[in-house]
Amino acid sequence: MPTDVERWKSEVYGNEIREHLFEFAEEGWDSIPEDERDAWFERFKWWGLYHQRNGQESYFMLRIGTPNGRLDPGQLRVVGEVAKEYATGPGTNPIFGDAYADITTRQAIQLHWIKLEDVPELFEKLEANGLTAQQACGDSWRNIVGNPMAGNDAEEIIDAWPVIKELNETFKGDDDHSNLPRKWKVSVAGSADGSGQGDINDLALEPAYKEIDGERTVGFNVRVGGGLARNEPRHARDIDVWVAPEDAAAVAGGLSALFRDHGDRENRYNARIKFLVDEWGTEKVREVLQEDYVDFELETAGEDVRDQYTYNAGGDGRNDLVGIHKQKDGKNFVGLNVLVGRMGADDVLELADLAEKYGSGAARLTQRQNIIIPDVPDEKLDEFLAEDLLEHYSPDPSPFMRGSVACTGTEFCSLSIVETKNRQVRFARWLKENVELPEGIDQFHIHLSGCTASCAQPQIADVSLRGMKTRKNGDPVEALDIGLGGGLGEEPQFARWVTQRVPVDEVPGAIKNLLASFEELREGDETFRDFIQRHDDDELADLVEPEETSYEDPMMHNTKRTWYPYAEEDSLDAGPAPTNADGTPITSDD
Amino acid sequence: MSVSLRVLDDGAWVSVNDSRQVSVSELWRLDAPEFCSCTVPDFVVENFQSVGVDGRTITATVYGQCIQCGETGVPGWIPVGRLKNGEYVDLDRENVVLPAHGGNGN
Repeated sequence: MPTDVERWKSEVYGNEIREHLFEFAEEGWDSIPEDERDAWFERFKWWGLYHQRNGQESYFMLRIGTPNGRLDPGQLRVVGEVAKEYATGPGTNPIFGDAYADITTRQAIQLHWIKLEDVPELFEKLEANGLTAQQACGDSWRNIVGNPMAGNDAEEIIDAWPVIKELNETFKGDDDHSNLPRKWKVSVAGSADGSGQGDINDLALEPAYKEIDGERTVGFNVRVGGGLARNEPRHARDIDVWVAPEDAAAVAGGLSALFRDHGDRENRYNARIKFLVDEWGTEKVREVLQEDYVDFELETAGEDVRDQYTYNAGGDGRNDLVGIHKQKDGKNFVGLNVLVGRMGADDVLELADLAEKYGSGAARLTQRQNIIIPDVPDEKLDEFLAEDLLEHYSPDPSPFMRGSVACTGTEFCSLSIVETKNRQVRFARWLKENVELPEGIDQFHIHLSGCTASCAQPQIADVSLRGMKTRKNGDPVEALDIGLGGGLGEEPQFARWVTQRVPVDEVPGAIKNLLASFEELREGDETFRDFIQRHDDDELADLVEPEETSYEDPMMHNTKRTWYPYAEEDSLDAGPAPTNADGTPITSDD
Repeated sequence: MSVSLRVLDDGAWVSVNDSRQVSVSELWRLDAPEFCSCTVPDFVVENFQSVGVDGRTITATVYGQCIQCGETGVPGWIPVGRLKNGEYVDLDRENVVLPAHGGNGN
């Protein structure tokens, strides 16, 4: 039997949703019939709109897809302007204030508290500036990720941007690929550092060499079926295919069509292509792709460069794109740390000014929730680095700030079990003040995800934190599972969950104790990941030692049972939602 | 009278008559001797899988874990609310022991 979601999709989906969305926006939130709301909210996702959680009815999250995290000159300013104008609501965040933009782990942008009535005007402004929310969510091609400096990264062996651009232009709005069984996440990268993070995507194109007609040619190896969600993490699997850049759209489209036709539409929990790869095996995926979905002979896999991967790998070399790096053209790109990916709208606008003053006006978003200002010539570098704004968004931050990644959490998200972004900020600040990393360790990644959906990619961090609940002194409190030793690189590994249900106020102490044990027991200059690797789970559980410290957590209670966790009166029925276009509460007629 | 029951938001909510009523992240005490060895499993709700009705009682199958022993899985059908005169009424799920029945979901 098809699921409700499949039934709703079969009635209206894809491009045609927009017309209905705009009609509802014109007539107001209340015009959506109550018994149709869930269906429409599911469909609105295709246009980037997620209805916020209970207690925040009539407010939406808007995701803007920026392929490869690429913001052309002027677009960062537009993001700041729309955040300032539209992303405000009845709740004020005690750390980030009233209007902010979130950089996501898929190089997109999220705004909150968006009113449905503002959507047409907001879309008009975005689209007039080359930005869109189309297919930012929903069951279709999502924002394509990669190395955001593609085309100008001195470490790349092939420029992936033309391929990403072609895939984006081909499969955004293509009715043949607009209704897939589930989301379709694609990574395309040409850098030898592994910064595409292809291993955790449904489809990964990774740089590889192949002898073609006697010439060593650069193209991409193809991997399929990676993903982290639902306690079922998978690395993308090698299907033994190499593709030339000019054929990438044919192969990627073939695989997306294969998924469309063969993915499980009866059980959404089993729908992602990772489960189809489990069931079929890689040989069958290749066979069916060859037989039914491409009209040329597929090449076998080429020689990859995975042995050079350093990104988020925990060893030497570039683990992220923070800091000052040389471009191919001799200019510099400057990666700035954005703690948990969240920037106030005024800061976005100020950074847009700096991007114009010192660079080309362009900006780039990374999968570690950071932002890059490219095209800074040597002669302007020192002056740029001396700007006040870069004290907060630093190119050389504390490792605990630099390594922090967090999802949205219970502030807005239905799925999350715990508060995340503000908590990760509190964790990072406390760790920076109270914990020293062992000598030579200048990178330490801590990812906090509110639930098993894994939007903060917890399984690929040094320390992985995942939302949970426990009791403390008999009372239910927010808690975190602690995993260790995850990372990407030539041999990617998922974190091992060694300690579970640690009350949130004991987590910083646990990390402090773990790092003290690492310093004490470390062999030579071994990396944290190698240290974790040579201990079994029981040994690691002993090293974690949760402990109360000077860290205090004001959000121990059930933040999901609030209309907004930071409100003075936070109970579910104390909030103003739903509201009309100007934020006035809509009262029930009866 | 028909009642509309759904699991929404990728398993985050049970919806009754188009209204989200039961959320993940709650802690329930269960009478579920087959689920784990704890006398009264203290069960954290991670993901709803299905929702049904037994007479006037709304029931759900849910993936989660016992926070005392760490056992994970689906402890059968668990009552989450009742229908009274066609209206949904919440059970006090966090303060009473809820009887799980119908197997362990395997």
